[in-house]
Amino acid sequence: MKELRLMKGNEALAEAAIRAGADAYFGYPITPQSEIIEYLMAENPEERTGMVVLQAESEVAAINMVYGAAGCGKRAITSSSSPGISLKQEGLSYIAGAELPCVVVNVVRAGPGLGTIQPSQSDYFQAVKGGGHGDYKMIVLAPATVQESVDYVKLAFELAFKYRNPIMILSDGIIGQMMEKVELFEQQPRLTEEFEWATVGKKPNKDSVIVTSLQLQSEEQEKVNLRLQAKYREIEKNEVLYESYKCEDAEYLFTAFGSCARITRKAMEMAREKGIKVGLLRPQTLYPFPVDAYRNLAGQLKGILTVEMNAGQMVEDVRLAVNGQTKVEHFGRFGGMIPSPEEILNALEQKIIGG
Amino acid sequence: MSENLITPENLVYKKTKSMTDRILHYCPGCGHGTAHRMLAEAIDELGIQGETIGVAPVGCSVLAYYYFDVDMQEAAHGRAPAVATGIKRVFPEKYVFTYQGDGDLAAIGTAETIHACNRGENILVVFINNGIYGMTGGQMAPTTLEGMKSSTSPRGRDVKTMGSPLKITEMIAQLPGTYFVTRQAVHTPANVRKTKRALKKALEYQKLNKGTCFVEIVANCPSGWKMTPVQSNKWMEENMFPFYPLGDIKVPEK
Repeated sequence: MKELRLMKGNEALAEAAIRAGADAYFGYPITPQSEIIEYLMAENPEERTGMVVLQAESEVAAINMVYGAAGCGKRAITSSSSPGISLKQEGLSYIAGAELPCVVVNVVRAGPGLGTIQPSQSDYFQAVKGGGHGDYKMIVLAPATVQESVDYVKLAFELAFKYRNPIMILSDGIIGQMMEKVELFEQQPRLTEEFEWATVGKKPNKDSVIVTSLQLQSEEQEKVNLRLQAKYREIEKNEVLYESYKCEDAEYLFTAFGSCARITRKAMEMAREKGIKVGLLRPQTLYPFPVDAYRNLAGQLKGILTVEMNAGQMVEDVRLAVNGQTKVEHFGRFGGMIPSPEEILNALEQKIIGG
Repeated sequence: MSENLITPENLVYKKTKSMTDRILHYCPGCGHGTAHRMLAEAIDELGIQGETIGVAPVGCSVLAYYYFDVDMQEAAHGRAPAVATGIKRVFPEKYVFTYQGDGDLAAIGTAETIHACNRGENILVVFINNGIYGMTGGQMAPTTLEGMKSSTSPRGRDVKTMGSPLKITEMIAQLPGTYFVTRQAVHTPANVRKTKRALKKALEYQKLNKGTCFVEIVANCPSGWKMTPVQSNKWMEENMFPFYPLGDIKVPEK
C-alpha cells in the first residue's frame, strides 16, 4: 500500500531501502547522513523483512562488506558523505571490476579535506568520472527532492542488477536534512533468486563461482575492459534521465542538478517575469549524461549557464555535449554556501546575456 | 592381481575433492600448497564443499580461488575479513573462511582483522605467517623478525625505526569475540596432521555460532628468505618458532 508521510530526506531514503527489499546495509556514521543508519537501527528491519544492518568499523570495511554480500547475489547498500565516499573508492573500483550490483548513497558535504558539514555538489567529478582507479563507470542518480531520494533507491537496485554495476545516488546535505511530503512505495519482496554469477556454494557437477576483478594476462584484462565499455555504451543508450522546463521557446538555458536545480528553477521564473526567455534542463542521471538533450537544444540557444554548488564541474560535460555550438558559462557557490535565485539570475544577465 | 588391490579397504590415498587440478604457482618448498591441501581435506571430510564460501586475499595466495574448488571471492588487499563479514551476514548458514598472509592480515588489513574478530564473526580466518611479503618480492612484513633481512630492511629489521614484529594472533586471542585461536605449522608430517585437525575443528565450531576461529600457520618462504626449502624449514624452527611458539592460544571453555 502506498503511504504518504512527512519525512526527513535521510530517513525517507532509509525507509526506501527497507521497502526496496534490500538484504543488507553496511555503513559508518558521518554527518550529514548519519540518520540513515540511525533510522535503520531504530526500525530494526531484521524483524520487518530480514534485512541485515551492521555498523562497520570504517567506510573501507563497509564497502567491502557490501562487496561480500553483493557477491552472494544480494541487494546490498551503503551510505556516507564525501570524506567517507573517498574512503570507499577502493571498494567501488573492485565492485565495478568484479561486476557486482550495489547501491551507494553520497549525501555530499563541502570539501576538500574535512571541509564542512554543509551541503555541496563538489563530488560531481568523483561520482561521474570514476573516483577510484581504472576505467569504470557508475550510474549516478541525482535526486532533487525527498521523493526522488525514495524513488531512486528502488530504481538504483533495479539498475544495479540489470547491469551488475554499482549505482550511486548523489544527494546532498540539503536533501538529506530537509523534511518534505513523500509518497512511499509498497514493500517489495526480498530476492529469492540464486544468480549463477554469485557465490552461494558450489553446485555438484558445476564449476565453482569466482568473484574477482583480477586477470593477470593483459589479453584477458583487455577483454574485461572491452566488456565493461560495451556495458557502459548500453547504459548510455538506455538509461538517460532528465527533466526540462520551458525549453521550447528558450533563447537561454539554465542547467543544474539536485537541490541546486530547485533554486535555479526559481531564478528561471524570475527571469521569465522579466521577459527573458530562459529554460531549465535538470539531469537526473549525471552518468549517463543527457548529451543529446543539450545537443538538440544548442542550436536555438544564445548561451547556457550551469549552476552548481561547486567551482565548476558539470560545466565541463555541458561544454563537451554542445561542442562549441553555444556559449557555456558556470556560476557556483561552494564551501557549503547555497546560491540564491537573485544571484543566479544576476549571473545569467552578467555572464551570458551581457557577456 | 592389481585389480584386486583396488578395493575400498586398501585405499590409502585419494585426490582431494575440494581442490582443483590446476598446477600450483607457489615456489618449490613453500608451505602454501600444504596449507591449501589441509584446508581442502578438512572441507572434504566434513562434506561441506557445497556450503563453503572462501575469500582470497592479495598476496601470494591471491589466486587461491584457482586451487580451492569451492565458491570464492577475491578481496582487496587486507579487506578479506570485511568481505567475509558481508558474506556471512547474508548467508549465516554457510561456512565462510578467509585465507590471508601476514601483510594482508596484520598490516594493511589490521583494522578489518581486529574488528571482525571483535564482532565475533562466525568465520574461519586462516593466517599464513612467513614473516615477509612473498608476492611483491621479499619486502619487510609486520611479522618480520628483529634483525631479519628483507629487501626493505636490507641491514635487518631495526626495531627502533621499523617497529617490532607484531604478534597479532596473541592480540586477537584477547578479544571476547574469538572462540578458538591456534598457531600451527606444516613443515613436518606431524605438524601437517595437527594443522588439519585444527582447521577441521575450526570449521566445525562455525556451526556453534560462538565466534571467530583463527588458525595461524607459521610457514617458510624459501624465495623471500633466499634459502633452499630445507634450509628455510630449519631456519623457521630455529628463529620463527621461538618468537611465534606453536600450539593452542585460546581454546573453547569446557
